[in-house]
Amino acid sequence: MPRTLPKPSPETRHFWEGCKAGELRLQRCRRCSEPYFPPRPFCPSCACRDVDVFTASGKATLYSYIINHRPRADMGTEPHSIAVVELAEGPRMMTNVINCPQTPEALQLDMPLQVVFGNESAEMALPYFEPAGKPRL
Amino acid sequence: MRGVAVVGAAETTRLGIIPELSVIGLHADAALNAMADAGLRPSEIDGLATAGEYPPALAAYLGLAPKWIDGTSVGGCSFMLHVRHAAAAIEAGYCTTVLVTHGESGRSGVGRMPHSTTTSSLAAEFEYPYGVAGATSNLTIPALRYMKACGTTEEDIARVVVVQREWAAMNPRASLKTPITVEEVLNSEIIAWPFRRPMCCLRTDGGGALILTDASRAKGFAGKPVYITGTGEGVESPMVSMMKDFTTFRAFRSAGADAFVQAGITHADVDHLMIYDAFAHLPLYGLEDLGFCQPGETKDFIRERKTAPGGELPMNTNGGGLCYMHSGMYGMYALQESVRQLRGIAPAQVPGARISVCAGVGGMFAAAGVVIFTSDDPTLRT
Repeated sequence: MPRTLPKPSPETRHFWEGCKAGELRLQRCRRCSEPYFPPRPFCPSCACRDVDVFTASGKATLYSYIINHRPRADMGTEPHSIAVVELAEGPRMMTNVINCPQTPEALQLDMPLQVVFGNESAEMALPYFEPAGKPRL
Repeated sequence: MRGVAVVGAAETTRLGIIPELSVIGLHADAALNAMADAGLRPSEIDGLATAGEYPPALAAYLGLAPKWIDGTSVGGCSFMLHVRHAAAAIEAGYCTTVLVTHGESGRSGVGRMPHSTTTSSLAAEFEYPYGVAGATSNLTIPALRYMKACGTTEEDIARVVVVQREWAAMNPRASLKTPITVEEVLNSEIIAWPFRRPMCCLRTDGGGALILTDASRAKGFAGKPVYITGTGEGVESPMVSMMKDFTTFRAFRSAGADAFVQAGITHADVDHLMIYDAFAHLPLYGLEDLGFCQPGETKDFIRERKTAPGGELPMNTNGGGLCYMHSGMYGMYALQESVRQLRGIAPAQVPGARISVCAGVGGMFAAAGVVIFTSDDPTLRT
């Protein structure tokens, strides 16, 4: 069963196009400079419509997570992490921490992570995170 | 607020596994029991609030012609918000007698709306692809951060279950009455680490209903009236990943603060507490966010048995969503237990309870509602 994939909206399409191009795209207000996520065409801090899209560093730390021992039908059969990471630029996002054992010992809060994009279909790549410093395969 | 009372309160005739009733049937069973409790006929009810059912459908089913309705549906705490909104409506003169109902076939799924997961919400786009499947793998995510920040251990979370099982043991209607130890909790099946099965709520069928009216009429009913003295509500984000600080729930803080100010009470005045416990970490957040404990102190508060039978702040005395019942939107059962305690008819009665605080969560830390009840007639206040 293939993983359920997001359906981009007009307001979020730039994010998903970025993932497909290997870029983690955030937005930032031109007035108050506050980076934010998830995408929307205005700044949630000051309601300014004058916003930029920029490519984030892909660096993050592990903010919190669970290890789901009852995976959804489209998520395989093995226990897996569902995590919230804090991006170096400030915003947080949900993800899976991959390329490491899915255990409490391997998943330590505040550990450094880096983004890695998983091609899930011809149109869609999802941003995942892996322990920082892992050599790119 | 000085003017609104609960004059009818009841749950469904049975709780647990009720395959012979659909969702609307559970609403109706609870509503009829609450009307019988108050000694009211449908023609005497002119306000209706409900969640999980379309208010006009329920009004028609019950034979009501309400001139005020509230369909606020923000998850399990919706009923706390209904009580708040209904009290305001009664005080504004929009209606005189409000029925608040809940019914949910959480276990049997009879007549339940299909669960929608493929909407174009931001949560569907930015959380669902990572495998969240309901509250078990979603509402639980902040816990590890809370635990690290507060030095709270898995044993501390397990102890919440142990204490609530003690309360449940005194309640004939509770689903899980067998005593459990910290070790047994920690040796149970992992559902979503660090959460093990006993740390997660039950899935059961049931319902409940309340009837509210002006306090000046409250003594004319069969049951002992319980008065609403303070309320609060708030929201944060429907996406748990967007919760600003995983160690504290903003909506709990604001709703609690508003309710305490309105009630004009201090924490020392509180005799009884209900905090929505869909999962065992929620009472830890609630105790701190409502101001009963300083941040990080809750683990000690529970270890010292302050919330246990005989403790200074009896909490979740029906056994809670972990042990009593949890249909999906548990808030109604927390309200019912607060009312029972102040009426003096709870199975695990807190002697002399006069003030009860009841706090609910909705969604994935998305919404909160707080109701403070008192058994003291506010119309006699000078």
